[in-house]
Amino acid sequence: MKKENYTISVYTENNIGLLNRISSIFMKRHINLDSMTASQSEIKDVFRFTIVAKLTEEQVKKLVGQIEKQIEVIRAFYHTDEETIYQETALFKVDSKLLFEERQIQNVIKNSNSTIVTVTPEFFVIEKTGRRREVEALYHKLEPYGLMQFVRSGRIAVTKDKMHISKILESFTEEAV
Amino acid sequence: METQTQTVKKANKVATEKMTGAEAVIRCLLAEGVDLVYGYPGGAIMPVYDELYKYQDQLHHVLTRHEQGATHAAQGYARASGKVGVAIATSGPGATNFVTGIADAQIDSTPMVCITGQVGSHLLGSDAFQETDIIGISTPITKWNHQVTKAEDIPTILAKAFYIARSGRPGPVLIDITKDAQFGELDFAYEKCKGVRSYKPVPDTDPKSLEEAAKLIGNAKKPMIVFGQGVILGEAEEELKKFVEKSGIPSAWTILGLSALPTAHPLNVGMVGMHGNYGPNKLTNECDLLLAIGMRFDDRVTGNLETYAKQAKIIHFEIDPAEINKNVKADVAVMGNVKNTLAQVLSLIQPNTYDSWVQEFKDYDAIEYDKVIKEELHPSKEALSMGEVLRGINEETKGDAIIVSDVGQHQMIACRYAEFTKTKSNVTSGGLGTMGFALPAAIGAKMGAPEREVVAIIGDGGYQMTIQELGTIFQTRVPVKIVVLNNDFLGMVRQWQQLFFDKRYASTEMVNPDFVTIAKGYHIEAKRVTKRENLQNAINEMIASKEPYFLEVCVEKENNVFPMIPTGASVSDIRLE
Repeated sequence: MKKENYTISVYTENNIGLLNRISSIFMKRHINLDSMTASQSEIKDVFRFTIVAKLTEEQVKKLVGQIEKQIEVIRAFYHTDEETIYQETALFKVDSKLLFEERQIQNVIKNSNSTIVTVTPEFFVIEKTGRRREVEALYHKLEPYGLMQFVRSGRIAVTKDKMHISKILESFTEEAV
Repeated sequence: METQTQTVKKANKVATEKMTGAEAVIRCLLAEGVDLVYGYPGGAIMPVYDELYKYQDQLHHVLTRHEQGATHAAQGYARASGKVGVAIATSGPGATNFVTGIADAQIDSTPMVCITGQVGSHLLGSDAFQETDIIGISTPITKWNHQVTKAEDIPTILAKAFYIARSGRPGPVLIDITKDAQFGELDFAYEKCKGVRSYKPVPDTDPKSLEEAAKLIGNAKKPMIVFGQGVILGEAEEELKKFVEKSGIPSAWTILGLSALPTAHPLNVGMVGMHGNYGPNKLTNECDLLLAIGMRFDDRVTGNLETYAKQAKIIHFEIDPAEINKNVKADVAVMGNVKNTLAQVLSLIQPNTYDSWVQEFKDYDAIEYDKVIKEELHPSKEALSMGEVLRGINEETKGDAIIVSDVGQHQMIACRYAEFTKTKSNVTSGGLGTMGFALPAAIGAKMGAPEREVVAIIGDGGYQMTIQELGTIFQTRVPVKIVVLNNDFLGMVRQWQQLFFDKRYASTEMVNPDFVTIAKGYHIEAKRVTKRENLQNAINEMIASKEPYFLEVCVEKENNVFPMIPTGASVSDIRLE
C-alpha cells in the first residue's frame, strides 16, 4: 500500500500528560513523526495537535482510532495534503555583515517573499512561511553564505472542507466535565 | 473570575465536611460502594493507610505480600464479581510493582482503580526518595491516569476514575496522589461522575447495521459465532443464549469468553485459538458467515490473518470503535453494548437450525476426542496427565467452580477441559500471558464471589513467581483451593523447544522445592499426589475442605498440549499431534 503524508488533527482537553499519551501511540507502532505542533484551537479550552507522518491509509485509520479512544481526546481527523491548506514557518539567523557585503542576499530575500523580522549590528533574522519546498529552496540559497542558526516549525494546517468539531463540542458543553 | 458552572455548582452545593485528602480518598471509595481493597503500605501513602485504620470496620484492606499481588487480586475480584477492583500502593517501587497487573488489566479489559502515593508536590522532578514518574510509566497501559496534587481535587478525580474504569470497554485507571494532597484539607462532598465530555463510553448503534446483520444471518448456510469477554463484561449472557438458540448457529468461545455460555450447551462448539478445539478452528475457514461477538481477533485466535476466514462475511459486534477493522475487516460492524445489540438483532431474525453444519463440528469433535482428548482425560500411560486432574475437578465441582488459571500448558489444559455451568467462572491472564497471575487472582476471585468454590490451577513455574501470596492466604484464611500441576518444567516453552528448536531445552527444567512443606509453613493444609489411585480422593478432600488447601499433582514431565496452531500458520492448519 502506498505511503503518503497525512495530517492528523487531534482536538483534546488541555491536560498534562496527553502529549505523552498521543506520542506513545506512534512509538508503540514504531512510526516516526515528521512533525507535531500543539496549540490552542478555535474553541476555548480545547487544544489542537497537528501531526504529520508518512503512512498508508490503513495505518492512519487505525492510528486515528487509537487516538480517539483516549479519554481526553475529543475528536481526531486525518487528511491528505490535497485536502488541507498547510504551512510551515522558518527562521534564518544570518550575519549582518553579509547583508552589505553580499548584495545577492537582498535579492534572495526579496524574491523569496520572506520578511526580515529583526536587524542588529551583529545579525539579522529572516522569517519565511510557506510550503516545505519553498522553505527548503530559501535554505539552499542562504546556506552557502553561512547560517548562524536555522529553525523550522512543524506543519500547521486547516482543512479545505468544513470540520464539524465546533458543533460536536457545543453539545458537550451542556454535559458535566 | 468564576465560570458559570462553578457558580451553579456552588449554588447546588450539599453540606460539605472538612477533612484531609487522605480521609477523602476513603470516603470516595465508600461512596463508590467499595468495601474491599488490596494493597501494601509505604512512605508516600501513609496518610491514606492511617485513614484505612480509622475506617477499618467499613473498608476492609487486604495486605498482599507484593504490590503485583495486589493488582492481580484486584483483577480476580473484578473478574469474579463484575465490580471495580481497587489496589493501593506507595510511590516508587510500590508503584512500579503495579505495572504488570495494570498492563494485564488493560489488555484483558478489567475494571480496576489503582491508587498510588507520590512524593510531595514540591519534590516532584527532584529525584526525591521513592519518586518515580508513574504517570509517565503507566500511560500506555492505562485507560486513563491522573496525578492529583491538591486535596480539593480528590473527590472529582476519584469519581471520574471509577466512571472511566467501569464504563464502556472497561480498563485500569491509575490515580497518583502526592503526599501533600493527602495531608491537605478540603470541603468534602461526593458526586458520582455521570459523564466526561471528551469520552463516549458506548457508541451509538446504527439501525441499518442491525438490519444488514439480520439479512446476512438470514442468507447464511454455514454461519458460526465466535464470542469473547464482551459478553461477560456487558452482562449479555442471557441475550447471547437466546440469540444462539433462536438463530441455531454453532458458537465457539475465545479464552476470555469461556463460561459466558454453559459448556454443555448443545450449540457450544468449544474454544477457538492456538490450543482451541479442532472443529471451530478448522471450520472458521469454511463458514460463510462469521459473527464475532465482543471479541477482538487476537493473533492467538486468528493465526495467520492472510488466511483467516477469507471465504466468510464478517459481522463484528463491538463496543470499542478502534477494534473495528483493526485485525480483521468487518463487512458489517454493529457498534454498541452486545447486551443491547444482540437483543435488537434477535428480534430481526427467524428461528433456524443448521443440522448438517452442526454435525460437521461434531465430526471434528470425534476426531479430536480420538486423537487427543481420550488420552488426555483417560491416559493409558502410568504417569498422570494434567487433563485427568481437570476431569477429577469437574466431577467433584460439577462445573460450578470458578477456575483461575495461570499461564502455560496447565492454563491451556484448564481452559480446554474445565466445565462451566455459570458465567464469570474463568479467570485467566489471556492477553498479557502473565505468569504468577493465578495465585493472587484466586484470592481476589474468592473474595469477590465468596459463595463460590474457587480453584486455582497453576504450573510449577508461574506458582513460584507469586508464591509469597501464600502469606496473604494464611493471614486472611481465604479458602481458595490451589492445585499445582508440577511437571518440573516450564512446560509450554519446553513444548516449543521440542517442536521448533530441536529439543534444546534451554533453561526450562526446574529444580523445584518441596511445595507441600512450603504450604505447611504457611499453615495451609497440603497434599502431594503422584499416583492415579490417590488423585480423585485428594481432589474430593480438597473441594470438601472449608479452609485453604494446597494440592500438588506430579504429572508427566514431557506431555504436550494439542491441538496446536503453530505461530504464523493458518487456523485450518491446526495440528493434532
